[in-house]
Amino acid sequence: MTRTQTLAPKPSQGFPSREGKSMLFDPSLPRNRINKLCTTVAGTFATIAVLPLLLVLLYVLWNGGRLISPQLFTQLPPAPGMEGGGIGNAIIGTIIVTAIASLIALPVGVGGGIYLSEYSRSGWFAQAVRFANDVLAGVPSIISGVFVYGLIVATRLFFNQSYSAMAGGIALAVLMLPTVIKTTDEGLKLVPQELRWGSYGVGASRFVTITRVILPAAFTPIATGAVLAIARAAGETAPLIFTALFSPFWPEGIFNPIATMSVLIFNFAIMPYEAQNALAWTASFVLVVMILGANLLARWIARAARP
Amino acid sequence: MTSDVAIPRADAFTLRRRPASERLLDIGFRQLTISLAALVGLVLLAIVLTVFHGSQEAMATFGLKFLTTSSWDPVNGTYGAFTAIYGTLVSSLLSLLIAVPLGVGTAIFITENLIPKILRDAIGLMVELLAAIPSVVLGLWAIFVMEPFLRPFLNFLHQSLGWIPLFSTPAQGPGMAPAVLILVVMVLPIITAISRDALNQVPDELRQGAYGVGTTRWGALFSIILPAAVSSITGGVMLALGRAMGETMAVTMIIGNALNFSFSLLAPANTIASMLANQFGEADGIQVSALMYAALILMLLTFTVNVLAQWVVRRLSLRY
Repeated sequence: MTRTQTLAPKPSQGFPSREGKSMLFDPSLPRNRINKLCTTVAGTFATIAVLPLLLVLLYVLWNGGRLISPQLFTQLPPAPGMEGGGIGNAIIGTIIVTAIASLIALPVGVGGGIYLSEYSRSGWFAQAVRFANDVLAGVPSIISGVFVYGLIVATRLFFNQSYSAMAGGIALAVLMLPTVIKTTDEGLKLVPQELRWGSYGVGASRFVTITRVILPAAFTPIATGAVLAIARAAGETAPLIFTALFSPFWPEGIFNPIATMSVLIFNFAIMPYEAQNALAWTASFVLVVMILGANLLARWIARAARP
Repeated sequence: MTSDVAIPRADAFTLRRRPASERLLDIGFRQLTISLAALVGLVLLAIVLTVFHGSQEAMATFGLKFLTTSSWDPVNGTYGAFTAIYGTLVSSLLSLLIAVPLGVGTAIFITENLIPKILRDAIGLMVELLAAIPSVVLGLWAIFVMEPFLRPFLNFLHQSLGWIPLFSTPAQGPGMAPAVLILVVMVLPIITAISRDALNQVPDELRQGAYGVGTTRWGALFSIILPAAVSSITGGVMLALGRAMGETMAVTMIIGNALNFSFSLLAPANTIASMLANQFGEADGIQVSALMYAALILMLLTFTVNVLAQWVVRRLSLRY
């Protein structure tokens, strides 16, 4: 027998500690039982957290997906109590209103973000703008609707029209703006300082440096943020219900009320007619597919650009 | 000495002046970005002024009694927002009470190495995608799937615990309880995402140190890791509270929009946001002003909570 063998404890006895207790892992100890219990609880919580997404997706796919047909995209919603019909006007309306919002919010947001990151990182004005931006990001979406109602709809600002696609687009733009500014600001900050120095070093002006060197280098985070902001805006309802309103007809220009998918879902969900409820599910399906698609696209952009 | 290095003529180094057009472009671009940045502040100011201006009439008529009375009567023109304010606070606080343990627990589950990384990433992705589902779609789901499914359980609560005022009415459809549950679904992704980032930022040395002195995983979590992350998590919870108070569509569709006050969680109720969504389109006269007043209160509530959230994150963060 060697020396080490006599010193080593037999596995069944465990490692003797000072109190003579085993120091091997003992699952019946209170601390280990608590450990196990906590892990189980956390696992249960994670399961519960994932469950709503799966259930919502399942029902939207089942209730909405099975009604998908070509006429859905080409027809108007039926009158209450009638069968059939489609959501063609709402799909076009959502695209128009979201496009108006993007045309306003993207230039303003990227411009503001450029100022924050490239011209004034820590001045009092930049700090104030950042604070205002954070506050604006926390403003409830319905307030943006109330604001545009008070500013544009009630005052009939555009060609004496009250409710209009334009008003809806502006309300959505107010919601998109903070996201775009924030992602632009943070995306530009990630651009290495050496790129700026290099550009100034070869004699480029600040304008050329920003537009030809810095912005292309930060394209990925800005594009990701923009896609996510657009996707969020497309699903927003609260700012639209009393700005863009709804219309049972095809869009009649951007200064008239317009149908959108999100408002269609809201209006048709609370109607007591089955045909309308079915259209609400179908519109949900189209909207969810578009939005999840945009989200996955944004993720893909972010991943594809990573070295 | 060989000093025959070619010395360039002096005028080769004279500075080229930038053309005026280039300088103008530079200055113009700077001014443009400044004005675009200022637009953010202007929009915020315009929102506050518009809502404040709109609420003047109701403020003058009802004063602070608006906050404490609960009669909302368009026929007689008397308005009090107590029901809606109470509904806003109760629905958001109750939903946080449920969502905080769920969200933080999920965040722990997907940051600690309890399960394989691919599963953790999948759960994280799913919770993030949940945040992308539009509110109105969740509302539709709540109306047609969740509420009918829950109703027997809620009625069971009423039958067995009906003597408590909170469960004193039978569940007949839309009400506070389903609204709270759909709010849980909506704020869960925010709490999970922020807690997850907070836990990921805790330095690994703290974990290793804790395990090194022989604590268990949950011992380390409760006494080392969670305290180190608590400020960010608190900030995230406050942000979620702000979001829950302002959340409109799903709540509007499932809360029942009752104008009269009830303590029961199973009865229809109202929040400021859902009241706005329901009545703003058809309101006129002093009702618009009363709704603007309510909107102003909602803005003040969310503003306070959001500023507090930023303050918490900035001031309470541990230096480790």
